[in-house]
Amino acid sequence: MAPDTTPHTLEAVSAARWRIALSLTVAMMAIYFGFILLVAFDKPLLGRVIAPGLSLGMLLGVLVIVSAWVLTWVYVRWANTHYDSRLGGLRR
Amino acid sequence: MIGTGEPNAIAIGFFLGFIVLSLAITVWAARKTHTADQFYTAGGGVTALQNGLALAGDFMSAASFLGIAGLVALSGFDGLIYSVGWLVGWPVVLFLIAEPLRNLGRYTFADVVAARLRQKPVRVASAVGSLAVITFYLIAQMVGAGNLIRLLFGLPYEFAVVIVGVVMLAYVLFGGMTATTWVQIVKAVLLLGGASLLALLVLARFNFNPLALFSEAARQYGDGVLSPGRLVTDPVDAISLGLALMLGTAGLPHILMRFYTVRDARTARSSVAYATVAIGFFYLLTFILGFGAMVIIGRPAITQVDAGGNMAAPLLAAAVGGTGFFGFISAVAFATILAVVAGLTLSGAATLSHDLWVNVVRHGQSNSREELLVARAATVALALVAIVLGILFKGQNVAYMVGLAFAIAASANFPVLVLSIFWSRLTTAGAQASTFAGTIAALGLIWLSPAIQIDVLKNETAWFPLRNPGVVSIPLAFAVAIVVSLLRPVPEEASRFHALERRLHLGAED
Repeated sequence: MAPDTTPHTLEAVSAARWRIALSLTVAMMAIYFGFILLVAFDKPLLGRVIAPGLSLGMLLGVLVIVSAWVLTWVYVRWANTHYDSRLGGLRR
Repeated sequence: MIGTGEPNAIAIGFFLGFIVLSLAITVWAARKTHTADQFYTAGGGVTALQNGLALAGDFMSAASFLGIAGLVALSGFDGLIYSVGWLVGWPVVLFLIAEPLRNLGRYTFADVVAARLRQKPVRVASAVGSLAVITFYLIAQMVGAGNLIRLLFGLPYEFAVVIVGVVMLAYVLFGGMTATTWVQIVKAVLLLGGASLLALLVLARFNFNPLALFSEAARQYGDGVLSPGRLVTDPVDAISLGLALMLGTAGLPHILMRFYTVRDARTARSSVAYATVAIGFFYLLTFILGFGAMVIIGRPAITQVDAGGNMAAPLLAAAVGGTGFFGFISAVAFATILAVVAGLTLSGAATLSHDLWVNVVRHGQSNSREELLVARAATVALALVAIVLGILFKGQNVAYMVGLAFAIAASANFPVLVLSIFWSRLTTAGAQASTFAGTIAALGLIWLSPAIQIDVLKNETAWFPLRNPGVVSIPLAFAVAIVVSLLRPVPEEASRFHALERRLHLGAED
């Protein structure tokens, strides 16, 4: 991984933290409300059977759950490596 | 027949076994509960995995186990809409709330708001929001408990409500957060283990291929069970429900309180990740269980026992695992309710004692001994209130009450909490006005909605067209906070925000 050259001021750490937090929140909301809007507006599309016993809607619903796990993993990984090490720099 | 309210010896045996185990935990926990800090936070030494499981145990109510399995059994795909909505709130808790909350507060989420604004007005406002959420959530759990225990064990409704109230009171009163945490952990493990085993027994009949199960359901009931049905018809109502489910999780006092039981923000972070994995996995299991019940039990047999479908999972357990397994799953459902009501009552006691008594009535001049005494008195009062309301509200729709609690949490608590973490210009008046606007809008719009006006009061029309108030009440609460704060800026409160910024990231220890 490239060395972290961001200045370790509280303002910089705080800005980075909120940028990540808000982007991931917006991503989660976009995925979830995308799913809900499809349920509301295009039921025939979600009802399309793509394999015996599996509709597109079921696949997408499971993918929303999986995407919640993936976004959680992205955040925890970022926070455990970048955020915590910059906080360590601030503590010194 | 199983589940029709005949006393069932094996089920009652498992149920007594769980009570004995949980009371043994309480006796052990009582020895470690001597100060207010130990009572509210278990001393702050809970590990990430323990707290993750306890969060899952605090959150997965009987509504999500029996309710969603039943909804899937009766309407197929539509059950997934609720599961997904309840899960996606967790990443939001992680990204926005968990770590700042841990760093800025001590016992309640109002600590975070009060850290930078004037104590008394915001604590009173937050207490109103918290107690409204806790009351509706408690009613839903108590009514659910009464109905279930009648069906599962053949005990009378009122007797069941009293048992739940008294046993939960014992956990919280003597064992505080330590006992509550371990009851929630044991419940989460039993629930995840029991649901996994049940899903495996179902899938064993379909060569361990879920798609074979879904195909069989589609063959018996038509492809309609695999596609969206009647649950979501109006797009605006769908968004409104979605907003309340998603943001409500981040405003539930009993969930937020759990972040104070861990050592630091990093542990809080990991604990949400464990909880999100456990809860997501559980919702995937309930989807299998619902379809399993649809195919193996059949819809007519499920609705014959309980019109709402709540008995789908226990009936399925009886069909694939016999009476013993039915007894086990029934006891797990009971443990589920106890763990949730214990968490709710503890957070209500913290609000009454820490927010209202210590910081408003006594102006923060109170010692730990007095705070603990008041918290215990509040616990007894809340348990009595829960029992009385549980009996008064017999026959009310449980899912609707839970929806109400989420709508208030998302409208009254979430906006103020998120703004006090993110926005330097929030003022005391803004926070106060926002909490009251959110609470009143959520309650008022529900009163004016078709769910009350047409379904309950039998009127022809409803003044407010939506069943869920979230799409109006949540933006309204944000707008009120922002407008009121900008109209009368308070520079000292903004500068206190900047002074707290270091603590928000690094915690209070340095």
